[in-house]
Amino acid sequence: MATILAVDDSASMRQMVSFTLKGAGYTVVEAVDGLDALNKAKAQTFDCIVTDVNMPNKDGIALIKDLRALPNYKFTPMLMLTTESGMDKKQQGKEAGATGWIVKPFNPDQLLKTIQKVMG
Amino acid sequence: MAIDMAQFHQVFFEESFEGLDAMESGLLNLDLGDVNVEDINTIFRAAHSIKGGSGTFGFTAVSDFTHVMETLLDEMRDGRRQITQPAVDVLLGSVDCLREMLQAIQNGGEIDNQSVAEHKQALDNALNQTGISAGFVPESENPPAALAVTTQSATEPQIDGWNIAFSPHLHLLKTGNEPARMFRELATLGELTTIVDLQGVPDLYDLDPEECHLSWKLNLQGNISAAEIDEVFDWVEDDCDLAKLPIYSSVTAIAPPEWQDKADEENGQNAISPLVKAVVAVQNETNDKDGKKEETKTAAGKGSSSIRVDTGKIDTLINMVGELVITQSMLSLIGEHFELNKLDQLKNGLSQLERHTRELQESVMNIRMLPISFVFSRFPRLAHDISSKLGKKIELKLIGEHTEVDKTVVELLSDPLVHLVRNSLDHGIEMPEVRLAAGKPETGTVILEAYHRGGNIVIEVSDDGKGLDKDKLRAKAIEKGLIAEDTILTDKQTYELIFMPGFSTAEKLTDISGRGVGMDVVRRNIQALGGNIEIISELGKGSTMAIHLPLTLAILDGQSIAVGDETYILPLGSIIESLNIKEDRINRVVGKGETFLLRGEYLPIIRLHEIFKVPNVRAIKLTDGLLVVVEGQGVRCGLFVDDLLGQQQVVIKSLEANYRRVEGVSAATILGDGSVALILDIPGLVRLANQ
Repeated sequence: MATILAVDDSASMRQMVSFTLKGAGYTVVEAVDGLDALNKAKAQTFDCIVTDVNMPNKDGIALIKDLRALPNYKFTPMLMLTTESGMDKKQQGKEAGATGWIVKPFNPDQLLKTIQKVMG
Repeated sequence: MAIDMAQFHQVFFEESFEGLDAMESGLLNLDLGDVNVEDINTIFRAAHSIKGGSGTFGFTAVSDFTHVMETLLDEMRDGRRQITQPAVDVLLGSVDCLREMLQAIQNGGEIDNQSVAEHKQALDNALNQTGISAGFVPESENPPAALAVTTQSATEPQIDGWNIAFSPHLHLLKTGNEPARMFRELATLGELTTIVDLQGVPDLYDLDPEECHLSWKLNLQGNISAAEIDEVFDWVEDDCDLAKLPIYSSVTAIAPPEWQDKADEENGQNAISPLVKAVVAVQNETNDKDGKKEETKTAAGKGSSSIRVDTGKIDTLINMVGELVITQSMLSLIGEHFELNKLDQLKNGLSQLERHTRELQESVMNIRMLPISFVFSRFPRLAHDISSKLGKKIELKLIGEHTEVDKTVVELLSDPLVHLVRNSLDHGIEMPEVRLAAGKPETGTVILEAYHRGGNIVIEVSDDGKGLDKDKLRAKAIEKGLIAEDTILTDKQTYELIFMPGFSTAEKLTDISGRGVGMDVVRRNIQALGGNIEIISELGKGSTMAIHLPLTLAILDGQSIAVGDETYILPLGSIIESLNIKEDRINRVVGKGETFLLRGEYLPIIRLHEIFKVPNVRAIKLTDGLLVVVEGQGVRCGLFVDDLLGQQQVVIKSLEANYRRVEGVSAATILGDGSVALILDIPGLVRLANQ
């Protein structure tokens, strides 16, 4: 089954995302910030990226931008987990190449539904 | 899929408290004159994470509160708001409030709503102050999708379906969005017919396969709201041209003729439709499977205490276990076909086993070790608050924050240290003008230092303040009736007066320290941890309080002693010496028991076999056995035992947890032969002997 990279500097959110996705049968790799994620994404190709926006050592938007520039991630679904429902972060994310977003707070069902939506 | 969110709560609390600590130290270290954006960012991120987590885990009171903090911080971060000391103070107060809220939730208690409301008000005031409009805009509804034409009135007939024109922009695929995925989603809402428009597809030479040149006419059947369709296209509304027209009951649900014609010409309908239908069928199947999937639950124990361990330590541990397993398999190989000529191998193996066990023990103990910064980190805040309250200028220096101590020690050390540091800040350091007059620098220094010495950790709180005044201490003690007027005291004994219950030297009680309770409690707490506290002071130059503590509470260096058939353990640190006693040194005082003379000092003799009613003792006469001179909490006595056995490290097992509290005994341990030995508590024994 598909492999997903879950990026969040908050351990509890990361665990929640990871646990939910693993429960649905996905293989999940966790990364603690944008830099960690970028390194992991270069070492292995993921089918989907789920990333927090506000993180130290490269935020989610910069991560998406960097990943999109890599040949392996041209068309990969990349979702932002964001509390900013204001349009500026979403807009920045879109410009960086994000596929879509999940607005925090969200529950595991919403997360899973969205992931299944992009993964098919 | 129902997931028990409670399993993530513990981690959430831990990281939130860490985040709060980071916010606190970040706020304290802000240089208001020259603010580093990354500093503010760090503070903002911590608030942001707590808000996100608390919202997700259902702690709405916390997320609401953090939202206001976050707004304030966001404005500071963007430079829309100046960072002022009052604003920083409000934020610091909010950090405290938030910490209390989280603690209340963690412990299942009630949130102090009044305090929350007050802090929230303070934040709101700070937000409204400078006239800059608050950045907090209530979450607006998503604007309707581009070109959406939906005008619904109350009398509107029921919608039977939609005609949708969808023309993605060229770059759509590069956002990771896939038209087929959106069609699949639409197909979950109702019956979908798609007609592809190939007109935009360029010649092969000009074709960029990474761009999307197709557009679609979609017909969706069913009573579907505009919002449901908007949701499907939510992520791509800026990456496409989208138009949708509702089909009402009276209209036949067929795509408008002008769309149909073109599609038929291109014969695209047949090409795409079956594909979408097939995909939809597959997806429905997957959904069913997921629905049936059994949920796995790992309920996290409520209120369980956990510890964060450096992964390096775990790796070492795994390494050790690996070594141990190798040794074990080597030994069992020797044991399988043992012959006498393998004796040397066996001995080697056993000594290896011993070494590995010891190393394993050390690395397991190491896991419980936390850097003392866990305690130290709260003091910059304390110093900041107290110095601004008292109008003093104080610099707090932390040294050796990475020194590691047992987790329990770290937890129990916190309160005594707060007391000592407060004393230094409040009573030790003088007001700036007094310091200048005394020829000292205006700013006082308080140093908090931790380091290892032998098997102990030493923590020192020192200041360059006014020092302890021996005459004042003495006068006070006499006035309070704690000592007689003619008592002769050494310097050390004079300083120790401050540890006596009911002693307070501050001329004026402040709300910071000096309530007259405290120093005696401080010493008791430290002694309860198996440590002691010592004072070094010089009038006018400053004082140092040094706390000596054992590194761990789980293992003790013990001396085994024999009394009859019983074995007891004495903490090695409490033993001064052991001696054979001569009859002429013994004094028997009626009603006060036996004493003996040791270098001019009469010490009480405690016969262990009498206290614990041990039968079959070897030595009844004092001259037949041994006297072990011990000291505990300043009391010395001689314990009368049959014999000394050996010294060893013993693992402390709580007696209270496994049986009940017993006077004179602090804990128990299990010896090499499997028998249980009691670990003696010297002060308790003295109390017991006096009864």
